Amino acid sequence: MADEEVKLHGMWGSLFSKRVEMALKLKGVPYQYIEEDLTNKSPDLLKYNPIHKKVPVLIHRRNPIIESHVILEYIDETWKTGYPLLPEDPYERSMARFWARFVDEKCLPSAWKAACSEGEEREKFTEEVHGHLKMLEEQLRGKRFFGGDAVGFLDICASFVAYWILVKQEAAGAEFLTESKFPALWRWGEEFKGCAVIKETLPDRARLLASLKAYLEIMKAPK
Amino acid sequence: MAGEGRVTLHGTWASPYSKRVELALKVKGIEYEYVEEDLMNKSSLLLQYNPVHKKIPILVHNGKPIVESMVILEYIEETWSDGPRLLPEDPYERAKIRFWATFLHQQVFEVLVLVLKTDGEAQAKAMEQLHEKLKLLEEGIKGSFPGGSPAVNGENMGLLDIVVCSYFGPYKVHEEVLGLKYLDSEKYPLVTSWVKSLVQYPAVKESTPPHEKSVALVRYFREKALQSPAGVL
Repeated sequence: MADEEVKLHGMWGSLFSKRVEMALKLKGVPYQYIEEDLTNKSPDLLKYNPIHKKVPVLIHRRNPIIESHVILEYIDETWKTGYPLLPEDPYERSMARFWARFVDEKCLPSAWKAACSEGEEREKFTEEVHGHLKMLEEQLRGKRFFGGDAVGFLDICASFVAYWILVKQEAAGAEFLTESKFPALWRWGEEFKGCAVIKETLPDRARLLASLKAYLEIMKAPK
Repeated sequence: MAGEGRVTLHGTWASPYSKRVELALKVKGIEYEYVEEDLMNKSSLLLQYNPVHKKIPILVHNGKPIVESMVILEYIEETWSDGPRLLPEDPYERAKIRFWATFLHQQVFEVLVLVLKTDGEAQAKAMEQLHEKLKLLEEGIKGSFPGGSPAVNGENMGLLDIVVCSYFGPYKVHEEVLGLKYLDSEKYPLVTSWVKSLVQYPAVKESTPPHEKSVALVRYFREKALQSPAGVL
């Protein structure tokens, strides 16, 4: 039925967009994917997300849902009987939500700042990144995934740490996450990327690297 | 039952984040102990419960701490699942409320704080931004909630009501300190009438600090910010 159709407006390299794809695929929800050119946004994107004009935007039953965390919760609540994204226990759910916010509010910005800076400033920001990664790593506590035995909400929200951060550090010539510094996080990352659904969703590494390098050049160029 | 056990809230009387947890607990009729924290002299308990951010509010339930006000609100809703609802049942309605709560949380309050911390040109600029956000909120609420205020069943405050109230409830305090109005009923009729009806709720009235006390604190905060060399704290 056309009404039950799911559409996703996304961008090939966006980790926010990819989170939603991972969730839909884990749930086994078929969807139509629309690639957005963020330099030339589609009228549909602007109509559905007039406030932020960003991806991802999920359309279901002709309703737009925006903000990746909000979309993930919507997916979990709508397709309740499928693969569970969030744990059942309210306390565990609150932990997953807390650490998911931590990744977005702390890990992402500190890595960007470190990547875009040089010398002493970069050292300072890199130390911040290491601090944040250490805190996140402690949450694994010997589990296979943040979600326990299977990939869950927090694993998806932390995919930056499994993939994008590694490409970013290469693009920037920096050192954020190494196996020796963060063995548990590294191991988790490898397991996470090894899952079939995740592997097929992650953007092409060479393309992402080129794109990040180009972006960093623009950011560093004297204004 | 999940909803049993001792509940303690570590907060501060002036924090909107602390306030929203208080309101949620009151709406749900949950009995709790309140601990006023001194943020200039953080207790060892605070640092133990929230080592990552070292902030309030912290909800402690059965000895387990939950932090971040929005995370706490969702925890409260899920743990005390019988009784007044903070979120509606329908996933799309829930998504809309979460979206607007996030918008307010991430985009609106920091602009309001900027207005309070600045003067002259900087303040005029911040004020412009605040009006932009209020306009977006006004139009957005109209579009997202055509039936009016998102109070869940029309009787108790819901999650978004609580978030709006925590930021804009003290509008009279802000306007007195600033010597200017921002909650304009002509420009933002929906948002203004919403805030004005929210502050009438008994739960809000009983948890609102005395007006003069709030004015004194916000005034102090503003003066300190204006005095600091960079112009902002």
